[in-house]
Order: sequence, then structure tokens, then C-alpha cells
Amino acid sequence: MQTEVNTVLLRREVMVRLIKAFLSGDFEKQADALPFDMRPKHAEVPFRCCIHKERAILRERAIAALGGSVEQDDDKTHLGEYARRALEREKPDNTVLTVIDTACQGCVPSRIYVTDLCQGCVARPCTTACAFGAISIKNGRSVIDGEKCKSCTKCMQVCPYSAIVKIKVPCEDACPVGAITKNGSGHAQIDVSRCLSCGACMASCPFGAVAEKSQMIDILRAIKSDKKVVAMIAPAIAGQTPVSINKVASGLIKAGFDIVMEVAEGADITAKTEAKDFAERMEKGDKFMTTSCCAAYREMVKKIVPELKPYVSETATPMHYTAELAKKRYPDCVTVFVGPCVAKRSEGLGDEFVDYVMNFEEMGALFVAMSIELAQCEDYVFDVETSKQARNFALTGGVAESVKVASGGKVDVRPTCVNGLNPKVVREMMTWAKKGECPLGNIVEVMACEGGCVAGAACLNNKKIAARGVAAYADKGEDIKPDENN
Amino acid sequence: MENEGKIRVRICLGTTCFVMGASKLQELEHLMPPEWKDKVDISADTCLGMCQNSNSGFMKAPFVKINDEMIGGATVEKVIDKLKELIV
Ligand code: FES
Repeated sequence: MQTEVNTVLLRREVMVRLIKAFLSGDFEKQADALPFDMRPKHAEVPFRCCIHKERAILRERAIAALGGSVEQDDDKTHLGEYARRALEREKPDNTVLTVIDTACQGCVPSRIYVTDLCQGCVARPCTTACAFGAISIKNGRSVIDGEKCKSCTKCMQVCPYSAIVKIKVPCEDACPVGAITKNGSGHAQIDVSRCLSCGACMASCPFGAVAEKSQMIDILRAIKSDKKVVAMIAPAIAGQTPVSINKVASGLIKAGFDIVMEVAEGADITAKTEAKDFAERMEKGDKFMTTSCCAAYREMVKKIVPELKPYVSETATPMHYTAELAKKRYPDCVTVFVGPCVAKRSEGLGDEFVDYVMNFEEMGALFVAMSIELAQCEDYVFDVETSKQARNFALTGGVAESVKVASGGKVDVRPTCVNGLNPKVVREMMTWAKKGECPLGNIVEVMACEGGCVAGAACLNNKKIAARGVAAYADKGEDIKPDENN
Repeated sequence: MENEGKIRVRICLGTTCFVMGASKLQELEHLMPPEWKDKVDISADTCLGMCQNSNSGFMKAPFVKINDEMIGGATVEKVIDKLKELIV
């Protein structure tokens, strides 16, 4: 995704302001004033029709940033009241995405459309290409009958003038499982029973109309309390800022966390456990196994393709193992996973060891709000050294590779990757489940985001630069040691 | 000196600027016309101190300094436009 477009920057500004408001001691009042502070009287109206609409949208963005559901908003409740609720709630909301109703453009429904470029040619390949008889000629031009059209795009492919286009609805187009559709009024709505929380809709909407329900206020409250708060930083963090992972960790300490752990610690456990699981399955005669650490993929198996379940490794995720370690090492601590991922928030809500999830953008906003300059931070020393392969979990291919190395050459490992989920891949995976076989390899790594976690929906850095940063840090680590008793 | 006479572009990659949009500016060198390469000297800096000027200084981030001029709310387009003025 693009990490610096206006919609993203707006979201970050709202977050910075709310954190500042929380820290000011005058939280409710300042939260209430947010839309007016961001768009004061007579201010320029950069994006929408008028200042009032901009403010209304900012109000809804702030509701999400305070952890509320815009779906349940009644338009009348003040932001100060949302802020108060955030201070009092015992648990964050149990779903992670919300549609910023007022920001949603209500895009025209997705369809195939003949533009003015149509020359009404004599060949008329579009009419013959259409297998559904949906194209006829009216007034010398091709016209598509919406009732008959199946959106197969054959006509688009044959038009010599490229006169036929597909009108997309970006969020619907991005969703790998058709979980976001239009409601009666033409605005987006998320079907929670299908949603993988992958964040693809959020990353793709040009109006910034899908948002995460943040747990930032809950986290700030934990930091303020006298409990120990542990930040568990995902491997993707190594490429997120211009400074080293050790400096970012010190930044988190400055921001009030007590301890920082690398989630790569848990990834080492995942790699070893998964290698063992894999060896057992292959011995049993299974044809393939898939990895289990991508949270959106786990949701996909649960909600969309349950047939795949028997082929998914039983291994828990690096986040889970790390949080379990944290709770053992520091009894009574509050655990906060810090990562690039929207789906991890959903996984965290269901994990007994994970208390909260903060994404990289929110972490960045925290640094901005507290004026923490990372370049000036010291190098934090982690208690445990993590392996090269664990640090590479954030890159496509990294997880499968870790299983291979952790297997120590004892089993035939043929890794393959599903690099990014989309409807086509989902259908293909269904056929593997039905046949009990994957033609591409015997260990299938699945990453919902193309490129791996460095391409998550809540990142700070460009994914190519981020990937380089992760690889450079990984190269400083030692190879994972295969378990002897494996 | 190698960089003498070149237009000096200092991109702030301090934490505030980075979070508020400077990550894109890292690509400036690849996004500007290649023939500018020997006319422009691009470097990355840590905090230029601008973001701390007031409580809402962060809103004007990211900052880029072109020769002696400080540009707030910098985008690749804005920087390229400024460079165009200076180059022709
Ligand atoms: S971070 Fe750029 S001016 Fe401070």
C-alpha cells in the first residue's frame, strides 16, 4: 500500500492529536474540539465540499481512533463522550474495522462500461466476444445490457480502441473474499462473518473510508497505570524507520513501555514447532501442509475455506508464543503487540496472552505526539538473541525458509508461497484442499499481503525499503538451530 | 569540490517528518528527471528542529531544506517544482 497518501496522513494527524489530548490532562474537552482544531473557522477546505463535511468526517475518524464503532454512532454523541468511554471501558471492541460512513463516496456499482471512445466499428469484436449476448449496437455504438453482463471482461480485451473499461469499487476490488459490499444507500458495509480483517479495503479506499478501531487509549491507560507494560515488536519493524530496531525499542521505552521483546523470539519457537509438525505430517503420508502464522489466512480458513483446516499447521503464531513468554517472565504484565497488520488486532482479541495491539502507524503517532526523536535514542539491548530466519518472518518466503532450516535437512522440504490473497488464489487453494494435494510444493507459506508483513496495511515505510531493512537486520543473526530431538 | 555549485536538498528523515510523510521523499532521487543528477545534491538529515517550533509544528512536517529555503508540508511534487524554478 501507499504509506504517505493524504488519507493516511489524515489518519495519523487525528491519532497524534488524540494522544496529545490524552497526555494533556484535559482529554475529553480536547477530543471534543478536534474537528474544529483541524478545520478552524474560515480555514481552507482541502478535500470535501465544505468545512462542515470535513469536520463531520474528522469526527468519525476520531471515533474510530478512540476505539468506537462508526456503525453504532448516532451523530449526536460528542467526541468528549467517546473519549470518556475510552477511559472507562474494560475491554476494546471485539471487531477491528469500521466504515467511516460520511467519508464513503458511495462509488457507482462495479460494472463493465463502454466509454465515448467507442467508434462503432464494423468489425464489432465485442459483440462476438460476448458469450452472454449482453452487447448490442444502439445509435452506432456498443451498449452493454447490465442484466445479461457477467463482467467476464472479454469485450474489454478485444476492443481495438480500448474503449471498454471496468468501473471498479476499490474496496470491493481489493477484498479477497467479497466481504465488503454496498448497503441499501450505496455505502460500504463489512460482512463480519466473512471479513478476514486483512485491511485490504482500508488500504485501497481513496476516500479513507475504512478505519481500524484503535486501542491506543487503552494502551496509554496501561502505560499510565503501575503495571509493567511489555511492547512485543514484530519482525517487520526492522525496516519501518530510518533508524535501527534497537533505537526504535528505546523510543518505546521513552514512550513509557517497561520492556521491549522481539516477536522474533516467538518466531523461533514457531519455526521449530512447525518443522516438527511438518515432519510428522510427511511421515504420516500427507502431501502438503500450510503455515499458520498469517492472521488473515487463519481467519480465511475459519470463515471461508474450512476444508483447508486439516492442512494448516497446528503451530501457534509468533505473537502468541512471545506473549506467553512475556506473561511467564513478567507476571501480571500487560502485553502489547506492535506490528504492521490489521488482522493481528483481531487475532490479539482472541488470544489469552495478548492484551492489546498497536500498529506501526500508531507507534509513529505516539513518537510524534511525545516528541521522541529516534535518532537520539540509545541502542536497546534485547534479553534474547533471535535467529536470522525468525527475523525474516516478515518477508514472503521467510516462514517457509525457516521451517526448511529448522528441519535440518532431515525431511524433503519443497517450499512454495501464496504471496498475497485474492479471489483467484482462494479458489485455487480450495482445489488443493479438495484433492489433498498442492502441485506447487509440500510446505505452503501463506501471506495475505503481497510481499509479506512489510506490506501490511498499517506500515510507516515503503515496502521495498522496509524489506531491505528487514533483510539487513536478519543477516546479522545466526542461523536457527534445528531441534535435536526433532 | 564535487558538490560545489549544486543545489543542496536536505530531506528531513527525523522521526516526526518521517511519520508525517517523509518516507516518500526517500525516493526523490529516482523520481526526479535523471538529467538533474549532477545539478542536485540530495542528502538525508535527522530532525532539522522545525517540528518542535510549536505544539502543532508536526502538522507542517515533513520539512525539506533547499539551499537556504525551508519547505514545510513537503511532497515530492512540491520539491520537484521548486527545483524546476532553480534549475531553469
Ligand atoms: S523531524 Fe523533521 S524537523 Fe523535526
